[in-house]
Parts: sequence; structure tokens; C-alpha cells
Amino acid sequence: MPTKIEKDVISGRDTTGHEWDGLKELNTPLPKWWLYSLIAICIWGVGYAVVYPSVPGLFGYYRGTIGYSTRAEVDADVAAIAASRAGSMDRIKATPFAQITSDPKLMAVAMASGKITFANNCQPCHGAGGGGRPGYPTLASDSWIWGGKLDDIVTSITHGIRSDDADARASAMPRFGADGVLKPAEISAVADYVLSLRGKTGIDVSAGAKLFAENCVACHGDKGEGKREVGAPNLRSAVNLYGTSKEAIVAQISLPRQGVMPSWNARLDAATIKSVAIYVHSLGGGE
Amino acid sequence: MGEVAGDEVLYADRVRVYPRAVRGVARNVKWALLIFCLGVYYVLPWLRWNRGAGNPDQAVLLDLASERFYFFNLTFWPQDFTLLAGGLILAAVTLFLVTSLFGRIWCGYACPQTVWTDLFMLVERWIEGDRNARMRRDAGPTSFDKIWRKISKHSIWLFVAFWTGGGWIMYYVDAPTVTVDFWTGRASTGVYGFTCLFAATTYILAGWAREQVCTYMCPWPRFQSAMLDEQTLIVTYQGWRGEPRGHGKRDGKSALGNCVDCSACVHVCPTGIDIREGVQLECIGCGLCVDACNDIMTRTNQPLWLIKWDTLARQAELAKGETVEPIRLIRPRTLIYLAVLGIAVAAMGVGLAMRSLLEVSVQHERAPLFVRLHDGSLRNAYTLKLVNKYTHDVSFDISVDAGMRAKLQVAGATGAASDAITILVPADSVGAYRVFLDAAPGGAEARNADIMFLLRDTTDNILIKRSANFIGPGKP
Repeated sequence: MPTKIEKDVISGRDTTGHEWDGLKELNTPLPKWWLYSLIAICIWGVGYAVVYPSVPGLFGYYRGTIGYSTRAEVDADVAAIAASRAGSMDRIKATPFAQITSDPKLMAVAMASGKITFANNCQPCHGAGGGGRPGYPTLASDSWIWGGKLDDIVTSITHGIRSDDADARASAMPRFGADGVLKPAEISAVADYVLSLRGKTGIDVSAGAKLFAENCVACHGDKGEGKREVGAPNLRSAVNLYGTSKEAIVAQISLPRQGVMPSWNARLDAATIKSVAIYVHSLGGGE
Repeated sequence: MGEVAGDEVLYADRVRVYPRAVRGVARNVKWALLIFCLGVYYVLPWLRWNRGAGNPDQAVLLDLASERFYFFNLTFWPQDFTLLAGGLILAAVTLFLVTSLFGRIWCGYACPQTVWTDLFMLVERWIEGDRNARMRRDAGPTSFDKIWRKISKHSIWLFVAFWTGGGWIMYYVDAPTVTVDFWTGRASTGVYGFTCLFAATTYILAGWAREQVCTYMCPWPRFQSAMLDEQTLIVTYQGWRGEPRGHGKRDGKSALGNCVDCSACVHVCPTGIDIREGVQLECIGCGLCVDACNDIMTRTNQPLWLIKWDTLARQAELAKGETVEPIRLIRPRTLIYLAVLGIAVAAMGVGLAMRSLLEVSVQHERAPLFVRLHDGSLRNAYTLKLVNKYTHDVSFDISVDAGMRAKLQVAGATGAASDAITILVPADSVGAYRVFLDAAPGGAEARNADIMFLLRDTTDNILIKRSANFIGPGKP
């Protein structure tokens, strides 16, 4: 209990009135502004806890009187962005490629959208900037299996290649080696002939040429120039999906790899697919 | 009032300064400079300068939104920011030089704080009367007379402050346009906001803070002592002549000095100091005390210039009765400042003259580093950043010195690749152009080859070279 509140002569302040073995303490209260701020913040805190989500429970949480939620805010932001893009994307969907490419504003939207979509969906296989990976086509090159026109690219993206889409592009290179159609020596001879198509000289290709004419020209063409309608690659190209070495060619004749690209129509809308096509087309190989 | 630390009081209340009106040389110069400075401030944004269609026609315009500073026939881009730094260095060194020669005449005559405070004091004196009337009224009880004068004064202050803030805005947006927009409510929030902000700062700094800005806020007085020396011309009280001060008749028999101790010098001082105590931090060197004292000297029939612009060295010699040396304007300090100033001016001049109005950078594309084309050739892609600071379009003829057979193509362009391409960069723009460089089959298989892009501006025939790399698979 305070015994006696005195006035300190030096500082002019009151003491607390307590005394411990002759020691007295000056009464130095918190500054008023500090105290009032504390009280104000406490009141504000109670109000905040009532208005906003605050108290966790076992099967949920107290949601506050105004029903605020950060997730709802994000959803609203995303919806707002989608709404702001809707006009341009609708126009991209409705406009033929020839008109999009001659409209700088629409091209800018399509390129921006295509670039992001490519990075999110295509880049893991096709590489940044369409640089390709072993077994995955280099989209920045001008060597195409199914065609490098904008419409060709749209079809490839929409339905995929050997995907489960009914309209998927599909080609079936026969398993010449694995199914015993050609013997290993014959496969080697064909591979030599294919190499000669790309300009390799100094090898005897007469046997290979004969085998090629009998087995390959139906799809790959008389001169190995390929057929895009059936997805048969141009064998004269310096770029080949599964490699250009003799080993790679032998392997591809014996037991062909049949790469799969998913169909994207279920995941990307038509306007986005067109945007991606425009971006891919711009990488350097577009026809 | 105040916190106590030991016996020393660390806090001092502001002593209100009531400067008295004064006439004289310094005052006339101050009025002339005030009119000149305010004139420049308000007229400059209205000067027009034809830069051709599509470009702003304001002579001085700091267009932050489109990142261009226009200064008569010069246009500055963000890339020219070093010139701004150079300009500030130039201003600083000029200030050093002037201060070492003539003391704080910048503070006393040309500083915006001084100019606007002078203007506000003029209004105050006009409405509330001179020093004595103001002091009497402030000390007196609240009355109708006091209230209407205070309200009028603050209204006019706010009006002046508003026009100051409005004038400031005009340097950043087209002056005639913003004036119309402002009064028709169509100006941007930024324009209204900044007008209010600068109006508020003007009102507070020139109306309320005044000499406290100079004494407590401004860093300049803190290091002015490094610029001043005993050879600097400063406002000085000639103590040897004035002391002992005192009232009374000067009839030849009295031992009194010239100073009649009338305190006129203190009463006119805008910072409220007594110049007779010597050089002080608060003194802004305006010389109004010189005017006040000369007036008193005339009335008391004594020689003028008891307070005058002089050097401390000369005053010391005068006090000792020695031969007085001439005022030395040329001395090591001023020569060094002059030399630094000369170097800064030269560097700025060279920088301005050598400033390239075309900028080019070549960036090799990183993903993919190279691409094999169906005919076996190798392709590298580059992004050319072409900056055209001219007000006319510039066409670049671009070729490559690669030491190999290689052809160029602009990405997206139709037609075959060729040895040289042409890119048109529109006036006043920055463009990024993606180009392909295709090396003939077998010609560029090395991992890395040094190549050179050659860009020729077809208008002025300027050749710009930029080195780059051509990257290949690195197989033999």
C-alpha cells in the first residue's frame, strides 16, 4: 500500500509512495499519448477481430461479419484480369491469322499470351524459345514433320500427335527390325542410303537404294523428301527428330520411337492455342 | 520550458522575429533579384519552342510520363542522366566559388527560401504594418482588427502559395493545357495533388518556418565555414570603429565609438541576430543590416559603412591600425574552385557534345543459343536494341563482319535472308528488333566465334560497330 506520496525536490516529481529499505521510486507514468494509443489500438483490435476472420476452430474458423477472404480477393483479381483480356482474346479467336498478323496491337496481345502459355505448357519438352530436346522437335528450326504454317501448328497443338484425341495426327513407322521385315544388314544398307540422301559420299548405296525403293518411298517419297500429310519426315533434312547419325537411323528403322504430344484443346481455349501458334511461328521456322 | 540535462537546457523556444522594413542598396538589389527570380519562375513554362509536329512545344518541360526532359533545343533521355549529375556538380562548385569569394550571397539573395520569405514578409507588412505595429498587435488582446488582419494575411499567403504550387506543376506538364484543365476540373489527380503539396510547403516554409529553415533545416550553413576564410567578403560590423557603443552626443570629447546602439541592425535582420557579435551560423549575408546602419549613420552625421562587406583579415588589420591589404579575390582556394569549375564545365561540354543521339546494343539470344536449319546451316538469333533520340526517323543499314558466309534476316520478315538488312527506327523511340544470322552449312561449327555487327545510319552516314558472338555446337 502506498504509504506516503512525497514530492522529490530535485526533479519536482511525485514518488510512488512505496518504500523498500529506504529506497523510494519516482512516479514516472507512461506518456499519455502512448497510453491512449495503446487503448485505441486495443479497441481497434477487438473491432478488427469481429469484422475480419480471426478465431480458428476445429472444423473451420470464424469468418467475420463482412466475410472477407484473401482467396476471394485473388479470385476477383484473376476474374478481373480475364475480363480485361476477354475483348482481345475474343477478337483473336474470331479473326483469321492473315488479319491478326497485320494488326500490330492484336499481334502484341497474341505474342504476349503465346509466350507465357508456351513457357507454362510447352517449354518442359520443347525447350525455352523452342530450342527442342532430343526426341522433342526444335520449333525454332524450319524443319517440320507436320507442317510449319500457322494452321498446321494450330492443328498439331489442338489435337496433338498420337494422342487420345480422335483427330490426333498419327504416323506409324513400321518396326522393320523388330518385326523381322528387314535383316540387320539390310537395315544398315538402308541407313547408308539415307545418309547419302543428305550428301554423304564414298559409300556403296546400291543395295540400300533398292531396299529404300521397295519399303520407304510410299511414305518418305522417291527422294526421301518426306510427306507431311502422313507425317513422314524429310530424310534429306539436316535436322531429324531422333538423330542424324547412322546409329540413330538404324535404331529408328529397327524399332521406331513414336513420340506423343498431348492434345491441348481440353486445356487451352481456341484463342490461346492461336496465340501459342503465332508465338511458335515467330521463333524462326514459321512458314 | 524544456528538457533538463545537467544544468544545460537543450531546447530553445523560437524567438519570433519581426523584421523591420528598410531601404538601401542591399534592399534594392534584393527587390530586383526577387522580381527577376519570380519572373523567370513564372514565365519560363510559357515560352514555346518548336520541335516539329508530334513533339511538345514547351521550351522547358520535364516530361516524366514519357521520360523526356526538354530544354530549349536539347532533349534529354533517361540515358543522359549523368548530365544531370554533372549539372548538379557544376551548380555545387559554382556555389563553393561564389561563397568563398563573397560569402553567403546565394542564401541572402537568390535562394527560393529567401525570395519567397521576402515576398511573404512584404504581404505581412502591407497588412499588419511594420515591426512595432505587428509586435504591439500580437502582444495585445484578440480584437476585430487583429482577426481580420490575420485572416487577410493568411488568405493572401495561401493565394501566393497556391500560385507557387501551380507554377511548379507547369514545368512537368504542358502549361497552357494544364491551366485550362485545372480550372475545368479535367486535370489529373497528380496535378491537383502536387499543386496542393507545393502550395502547402510554400505556405509553411515561407509563412511560418522562415529563418528556421536556414538555421535548422538547411545543410548549407553547416558546411559554409569550410568555404569561408579570412579573405572572404562577408557582412561585417567594424567593431574597432563602432566600439564602445552607446547613446549620447558625439562631440569629439566623448570616448564613444560610431555605434549608437540603436539596434536597427538587429531589428531589420530576417534571422533575428546581432551582426555586432561577428560571423554567425544564422547570418544569411543579405546585408539588410548594412542598409539599416547606413541610414542611422546618415542621421547621426557619422561616416557610412559601419557595417559593410569586408574581409576578416582586413578588419583585423584595421583594428590593429596596421596597413590594410587589398581585397584578394585571387587566392589558392578560389583558384582551386575555379579549376574544378573549369574541369566540370569542360566535362559537361564534352559530354553534351559527344552525346550520341543513336544508341545500339546487340544481345545474343540465350535460349536456344543456336538452331540447326533443314539445309544444315546454323542460325543464331540476336535482339538489336536501337534507340533513336532524333526527332526524325533513322534508317539503319545492318550487315555483319563474321569471317564466314552468313546471311541476315529480320524475324518475321518475308523473303530470303540477305547480306545486309535495313531497319527503320521511328523518331524519338526505342525499338527491339529480333534478327537471325544464318551461317552457311559447315561454315560455323565452332563453339564460339567473334563477329561484328556493322550498323550504318543512312541519314548521317555514321557507322556504329558492335561486337557479338556466333555460337555453334563446337563439334569438329
